[in-house]
Amino acid sequence: MNKLVNWVDERLPIVEAWNKHLGKYYAPKNFNMWYFFGSLAMLVLVNQLITGIWLTMSYNPSGEGAFASVEYIMRDVEWGWLLRYLHSTGASAFFVVVYLHMFRGLMYGSYQKPRELIWIFGMLIYLVLMAEAFMGYLLPWGQMSYWGAQVIVNLFGAIPVIGDDLSLWIRGDYLISGITLNRFFALHVVALPIVLLGLVVLHILALHEVGSNNPDGIDIKKNKDENGVPKDGIPFHPYYTVHDLMGVGVFFFIFFIVVFFFPEMGGLFLEKPNFEPANPLKTPDHIAPVWYFTPFYAMLRAVTVDLFGLDAKFWGVVVMGGAIAILFVLPWLDRSPVRSMRYKGWLSKIALAIFAVSFVILGYLGIVPATEGRTIVAQILTTLYFLYFILMPFYTRMEKTKPVPERVTG
Amino acid sequence: MRKLIVGLFIAILPALGLAAGPSVELDTMEPDHTNKESLQRGAALFTNYCMGCHSMEYARYKRVSDDLGIPQELYEENLIFTGAKIGELMKNSMSKDMAADWFGAPPPDLTLESRLRGEDWIYSYLRGFYKDDTRPLGVNNVVFDNVGMPHVMADLQGLCAVEPRIGEGASVDPLSGDVRNADTCPQWETEGSMSPAEFNSAMYDLTNFMSYMGDPVKVERERLGMFALIFVAIFFIFAYLLNREYWKDVH
Repeated sequence: MNKLVNWVDERLPIVEAWNKHLGKYYAPKNFNMWYFFGSLAMLVLVNQLITGIWLTMSYNPSGEGAFASVEYIMRDVEWGWLLRYLHSTGASAFFVVVYLHMFRGLMYGSYQKPRELIWIFGMLIYLVLMAEAFMGYLLPWGQMSYWGAQVIVNLFGAIPVIGDDLSLWIRGDYLISGITLNRFFALHVVALPIVLLGLVVLHILALHEVGSNNPDGIDIKKNKDENGVPKDGIPFHPYYTVHDLMGVGVFFFIFFIVVFFFPEMGGLFLEKPNFEPANPLKTPDHIAPVWYFTPFYAMLRAVTVDLFGLDAKFWGVVVMGGAIAILFVLPWLDRSPVRSMRYKGWLSKIALAIFAVSFVILGYLGIVPATEGRTIVAQILTTLYFLYFILMPFYTRMEKTKPVPERVTG
Repeated sequence: MRKLIVGLFIAILPALGLAAGPSVELDTMEPDHTNKESLQRGAALFTNYCMGCHSMEYARYKRVSDDLGIPQELYEENLIFTGAKIGELMKNSMSKDMAADWFGAPPPDLTLESRLRGEDWIYSYLRGFYKDDTRPLGVNNVVFDNVGMPHVMADLQGLCAVEPRIGEGASVDPLSGDVRNADTCPQWETEGSMSPAEFNSAMYDLTNFMSYMGDPVKVERERLGMFALIFVAIFFIFAYLLNREYWKDVH
């Protein structure tokens, strides 16, 4: 075995790679439960890839056959129902862990210098993930697949001058059709997963170059022993591999409860209208995107005024795009001398709490039908969402921070 | 670790309890996919009263016969009217174009109806017909206003002269089979061959069958789910002990 490793290592630096990324990658020893979600995101990604490959073997990407082939998978393919529920629940689980992973970054300032690129790659992953999820949701070719896609693609039509041609170009047809389904299938199973995997590699390479942040936001590399090993660092393998195994256990327990007992999650993971085949002539009463898009959908609907001769819908799209775009510049908005929320002042703490609560309530408002009152609430919450970012350069600088300890705490 | 579990639960909490509510009051129906007698009676009702117009084209006869414990010969003899082979999909022989002419719209496929509308809706709808001379077929439905479907089970239920009371608590006890608050109709136009209680019980069976058809793997899925959870729980114990062993020397 050793000889084989040496033989390969003389030709490919596998030992060096192992040490750099696992065996001698020193991670802070004070990770808490928020640090499970990075490895869990990887786990869900693998789940999506494997179940996705097997689903592709029996799926028929055509307007005539897609819906029936999904039911064929559910009823006639051996273990097809399990593959499909693992995949559909996995999509929602992906967003659950990614949102928690991002919240961790916000809480402990993991985007701050020198980790700006990690954050940017992470945001790109989030963006590609949204595209991947959106295109995947069209594939079952149910009513909500169809009309959800119709609504989202029509958003591009709100862009002045080029809008209509752009949405026509995306659809490849005058309305969502089998042609759209075919191209979304190609993008969902080939193009976007390749991009996603590439970005995940960059995300991790950039992380391992500068090292992991921790709940104290301390740079553990400043405090090294005589061997050059950070005093507060422990090798990722075996300490965090065995640690993450526990997280995997807890995650699978909850994940399996959904997969085996509540695969529709009360209509949130699999929406009820999607049990009816796509019908271009029949619009559902209430079109709602899947839950992980609803905060942005609520922001889109919150914009109700025409401005500068442009439609409110266009400004809604701008607000929605801006809500995601502003996350990219976060590393340059935070001017705090400290990273972690533990040592930031109460202004930052309140701002983050308001931001998180706004995001969750917006998510709820995006699910339920809009009423006048709800639209006003959505407008207030959208404003709060943006204020979190726009005011960040000010409140992070003016507040009084606590002294950061030399060494990590518990 | 407790924090992690709580954290994950909080994360999925907003996902619970958000199912869109129906616009009409409905009676409750608790399906029971382990009650094979009920499913068999439901299959017979569906085949005799519904399948002339409604297909179940995503499912196969053989699966139904296997899952419900109906011998294949018996099934082929009594429950397949189209001359299809037992391994085929449960289509019917009505042409969609002609059906659209007769009813205004082709009768929908019902394989997934229980997952689209829910068991409560189906159970209430089946018992919601009443006489309405302003409609082309002479009947209307309290759950589905201006319905295009005739009251095909009028010979069993009878025809209610006024709007029946749906959503006022008539339900079948899944354990005893007793029907509570059965008579939904205050005034009958014509009497049917079944008593209100018998008809409710029959509609429970039919709804139960449709619920099974929408999700035929449910019983097996939940059975396997218990094993999956037990496996993960045991896996967690080992992961926990392994983690504790390694982390002993981290201070």
